[in-house]
Amino acid sequence: MSTRSVQRPQDYRRRHDALAGWAVGVVSYRLGEHFLCEVDNVSPGARIARGEGATREEAEAKALDKARERLSRTRIVDVG
Amino acid sequence: MSEYAHPEMLVETAWVAEHAADPGLRLVEVDVDTTAYDQGHVPGAIAWNWTTQLCDTVERDIIPKDAFERLMAESGVGNDTTVILYGDNNNWFAAWALWQMKIYGHDDVRLMNGGRKKWLAEGRELTSDVPKVAGATYRAMEPDFSLRAFLPDVKRALEADGCALVDVRSPDEFTGKILSPPGLPETCQRGGHIPGAKNIPWGQACNEDGSFKSADELAALYGGKGVTADRPTIAYCRIGERSSHTWFALKYLLGFKDVKNYDGSWTEWGNMVRAPVERGPERMGTGAA
Repeated sequence: MSTRSVQRPQDYRRRHDALAGWAVGVVSYRLGEHFLCEVDNVSPGARIARGEGATREEAEAKALDKARERLSRTRIVDVG
Repeated sequence: MSEYAHPEMLVETAWVAEHAADPGLRLVEVDVDTTAYDQGHVPGAIAWNWTTQLCDTVERDIIPKDAFERLMAESGVGNDTTVILYGDNNNWFAAWALWQMKIYGHDDVRLMNGGRKKWLAEGRELTSDVPKVAGATYRAMEPDFSLRAFLPDVKRALEADGCALVDVRSPDEFTGKILSPPGLPETCQRGGHIPGAKNIPWGQACNEDGSFKSADELAALYGGKGVTADRPTIAYCRIGERSSHTWFALKYLLGFKDVKNYDGSWTEWGNMVRAPVERGPERMGTGAA
């Protein structure tokens, strides 16, 4: 194995939110000097966007922007 | 409380933290894309990309036997290697990889309970270092398609009494309100579900931390919809990865003898001309058709 540079994710947070009319889960944590964020669609739970930044706010903003754009394309069919 | 039928098929995150470097063990992160792996993975883990390494990239299929043997050999996996799989999206694609490894007859392959989600939430170590892996020799078995449902199997299940069809997608996908999970591209022409299917979303099998619920809770969840070990069962979703997760729970945690994953799933059925489709909520009762 190559030399290991190991870090632990810190300040892990998960929260629920609503975005473009859909429920989303927002996970963010710090890894070394960066914050990472992942947004999922809760039901069914697929990751739909990621973001990375120097702060939690920056990482979340990037991921949420991408997620909002993708969620806004979801069509709803009237099934009566 | 009942035990899982095959508790050896799951390892906990704490076990992995202790044993990841054991000889004879290969740890693999399986993702739909490997960006997450690149950002940080369990130390010692290699990566498999579901899209390019576990699926045939020309025809829609699992990878052929010779490609599977090559992937194993290049990953340092021999026939006797213990393989521990985990991944993002709550182990969906890791479960797919396990399903495929079982099709090709690998003996000792297990899931890390809770996957990447639980590992992260527990603040466990991550690295971006990629381990150097010594190659191995691998001989796959002939594929065991008793684990896999093809389209004709599903059509027959519609006509047969007693086969349970389990649609593990979200309620909105099941009813036809949406054609794909929110935020993901639409991949079918029609929304709805296979007539007679029961809707048991994959996530109902999990705790909040991503780990599997207890055997008693799982038996109550599936049994409550008439999905029991004495019935042939076919699980499906959109592309077969969420249903791999449910297939794992039914086969190894509840001990179903005859359970198949229909990897064609809704992207096959929902695109097929003249396929029978139901919209709206599921039928009452416990039958498939």
